[in-house]
Amino acid sequence: MKLSFNAEDEQFRAEVADWLVANLCGDFECIRYRGGPGDEHSFVEQRKNWERKLHEGGWTGIGWPGEYGGRGASIEQQVIFNEEYARAGGPGRMGHIGETLTGPTLIAFGTQQQRERYLPGILRGEDLWCQGYSEPGAGSDLANVKTKARFDENSGQWLISGQKVWTSLAHESRYCFVIARTDPASVGHKGLGFFLLTMDQPGIEVRPIEQITGTSEFNEVFFDEAVCGADDIVGEPGDGWKVAMGLLGFERGVSTLGQQMLFQNEFDEVLRVARENGAAADPAIRQRIADAHVGLRIMRFNSMRMLSGGGDDGSLSREAMIYKLYWATWHRNLGKLAMDVLGPESEILDGAPYALNRLQSLYLFTRADTIYGGTNQIQRNIIAERALGMPREPRG
Amino acid sequence: MDFRFTQEQDMIRSTAQAFLAETSTSTAVRSAMVTEQGYDPELWQRICNEMYWPAMHIPEAYGGLGLGYVELVATLEQMGRYLLCAPFFSTVCLAANALLVAGNAEQKAHYLPQLAAGTTATLAYTGSSGRWDASAVDVVYAAAEGGYRLSGSYRYVPDGHTAEVLVLAAREPGSANESGISLFVIAADTAGIRRRWLPTMDQTRRQAELVLDDVFIPLEALMGVEAEGWPALAKIIDLATVAITADQLGGAQQALDSTVDYLQERVQFGRVIASYQAVKHKAADMMVKVEASRSAVYYAACIADESLLGGPLGGELTEAASIAKAYCSDAYFFNAGCGIQLHGGVGFTAEYDIQLYFKRARSTETFLGNGAWHRERLARLLLDGAAPGQSQEVSA
Repeated sequence: MKLSFNAEDEQFRAEVADWLVANLCGDFECIRYRGGPGDEHSFVEQRKNWERKLHEGGWTGIGWPGEYGGRGASIEQQVIFNEEYARAGGPGRMGHIGETLTGPTLIAFGTQQQRERYLPGILRGEDLWCQGYSEPGAGSDLANVKTKARFDENSGQWLISGQKVWTSLAHESRYCFVIARTDPASVGHKGLGFFLLTMDQPGIEVRPIEQITGTSEFNEVFFDEAVCGADDIVGEPGDGWKVAMGLLGFERGVSTLGQQMLFQNEFDEVLRVARENGAAADPAIRQRIADAHVGLRIMRFNSMRMLSGGGDDGSLSREAMIYKLYWATWHRNLGKLAMDVLGPESEILDGAPYALNRLQSLYLFTRADTIYGGTNQIQRNIIAERALGMPREPRG
Repeated sequence: MDFRFTQEQDMIRSTAQAFLAETSTSTAVRSAMVTEQGYDPELWQRICNEMYWPAMHIPEAYGGLGLGYVELVATLEQMGRYLLCAPFFSTVCLAANALLVAGNAEQKAHYLPQLAAGTTATLAYTGSSGRWDASAVDVVYAAAEGGYRLSGSYRYVPDGHTAEVLVLAAREPGSANESGISLFVIAADTAGIRRRWLPTMDQTRRQAELVLDDVFIPLEALMGVEAEGWPALAKIIDLATVAITADQLGGAQQALDSTVDYLQERVQFGRVIASYQAVKHKAADMMVKVEASRSAVYYAACIADESLLGGPLGGELTEAASIAKAYCSDAYFFNAGCGIQLHGGVGFTAEYDIQLYFKRARSTETFLGNGAWHRERLARLLLDGAAPGQSQEVSA
C-alpha cells in the first residue's frame, strides 16, 4: 500500500494550483466557491466565461484521449485536478454534463461525425448540455420512460414527444441528450433510443421548478414533436438503455476527492461557527462534530480504495457500491448538524423574501442528495442484490 | 498512490484465512473459551512455529520477519473473523509494540526474540478508573536500592493471568496525568505479583487483575527515561488501538456474512427471508459499515507503519487510530446486533455463533475506549487546538 502520489503527479498538482491562482481572480474573483449544488443559479454569465478560460488553459476534457482534443490525463491526475480545483474555490462547472457525460458517451458509442460535430464545442466551453432522463413516471424506475421518438419518413428526422423532469441547467443549455422510446410497443429497457437534441427549437419548452430552497436549479422540459436529425441518434434504435447505462461507468470516482474538498469547506464553516458561538463546548455537539469528521475522513480513504483498485473488469467494487449511499447520508447529516450548531440563529434569514445563508442552503439542499441519482432506498436494493447476492425485487 | 494490498499482502491474508477456517472453528473456539487459560496451547504452538505470526512485524535483527503493520492488520482481521482465542493481541500488539517503541537495545535484544518465538507477554497500565489515557495509570513506584518498588493494582489486563512477560506502567507518588509515568519490563513470575483471572462476558478474550504489593523491580527493567514514559505509552496505546480495529473489522464482516447466509436459507411465507426488502436494507446498511470500517482500518494500518518507521505521515497516528476505533466500535456493535435481530429466535440461542460476535463486539468496543471516548479525543483536536494525547474530560 502506498498513500502518496508520485513526483510526476505532484508536479502536475503544482501546475494546476499555479494556473488556478493566476487565473481564478480579477473578474472571476466573485465566482470563487459559488455555483455548486444549491447555488447553480448564481453568476451564470461569469461562470460561462470561466468555462472558456478553462479551455484556454487546456483544462477542459483533461481525461479525454488526445485524439479527441483531451489531455489523456491519468485517473490520478484527474483526481488531482478536481481536488486542486475545489481547494482553490473553483466555481460549479457549467460544462460538467457535456464534459463528463456527453463527451465520454460519444467517444465510446458515437459516430465519427457526431464526435466532430459535438466534441469541439464542449472542449471550448461554449456548448452546454443537459440530461433528459427522468420523467414524472420514470424516477427510480428509469426504464419506464414514456417519451416517444418517431422517425418521420417525409422529413427524414426523428420527432420526440413527451416530458422530462429534474433537468438541471436546461434553460442554459444548447443541447440535451434524451432517452426516448423508439418502439412504441416496447416496455422497460428494451426499445429505447439515445438522442442528441438542439434545445433552441419550437418543439421544446423549458419550465423552471421552484424548489424548497426557493431557487430553481431544476426544470421540466416538454417535447412536442421536437426534431432530431437522423444522424443524431447514438447507437441504433433499441440501444438507448445500453448507451445510457454506459454513462454510469464513466464516473470512476475521479470527482469524489474534489467533491469531498467542497464538503470539507462546508464542514470547516460549521467548525468556525461552533467555535465562535460556543456550541463547541456542548458535549453532544462535540460528539456529532467529531462523528462528521470521522465520516468525512473515511469517505476519503474509501475513495482512495476506489481509485486504486479493482474494477479491472469494469464492475463496481464493494467500496464503490456503497459510495452514493454513504456520501449522501453523511452530507444530509451535516446539514442538520449545521442547524443545531447555529441554534436559534438557524431560523434567521439573510433577508426577505427568502435569502438563505450558506448553511441554511446546505440544510435544505442536502434533502435532495439522498434522492437524486438513485435514492437511498434504491442504493440499498443495489447493494443487497449485487454485492450481497440477495434475491432481486419482483418487477411488474 | 496505490491504496490496496500488494500481492504478497493478499497472500498473507488468504493464508491466515485458510489456516483459521480450519483451526479456529466454532467447536475449537467454544472449547478454548471455557478454560481459565482461554486458549488452546497446541494451536498457539502451531501459530508460532508454523505460521510465525508473533514474529511478523518484529525486525529481522530481533528474530522477526520484518514485515509491516499492514500485514499484521491483514492477519488480525482474520483472527477477528474467526474469533481466535489466543494470547496474540496481548503478546504482539501490546508487549512487542511496547518493546519496539520504548525498549532499549538490551531489552529488545533480550525479549523480542523470545516473543517472536512464542513466549507470551502483555501490557498492564489501567487501574480501576475506567479511563484509557494517562490518568488510568495509578500503580505507584518508589526508588529503592538497585531499582524500584511498585505497589497497586491493574485491571482489564489482556491475558494478564497467563502472560510470561509483563510490561508495566507506573507513576511517581504525587504525580498526575501525563507526568511521572515510567515503563518497566519484567518476568511475570517476579515475586510479589498476584494475578487473577477476571471471568468476562466475552469469553473469547481474557482479562486479568494484577495486584502488586511492594514488588522489587531492578534498574535494568526500566524502559526509556524514568518519569518520562507517557509519550511512548501513548504511542503504544495508539498502535494497539489500530490493531483492535482490525479484529473489529473481521468480526463485523463475519457478522454480516453469516447473517446473509442464514437469510438465504430461512423460508417464511413461502420465500427466503433474504427476498424481503426490510431485511435486505438492513443487510445493505451492515455492508456500508463493513466497507467504511475497512477503509478506516487499512488507512490506520498504513499510518501505523509510517509511525513505526519514521515516515512523513506518522504524526497522524493518534487521529487515524481514533477515527478507526470510533467508527469500527459502533460498526461492529451495529452489525452484531442486527445479526441477532435478523437471525430471529435462533440468534438468541447459544447454539448459533452470532451471539459470540455480539459479545466480542462489546468487549472490543470498550477496550481502549469506545466510540464516544475517541470522538471526544477527536473533538479536542478539532475544536480546542489540543495536542494529541492530552488527558480528556469525558468518561467512557
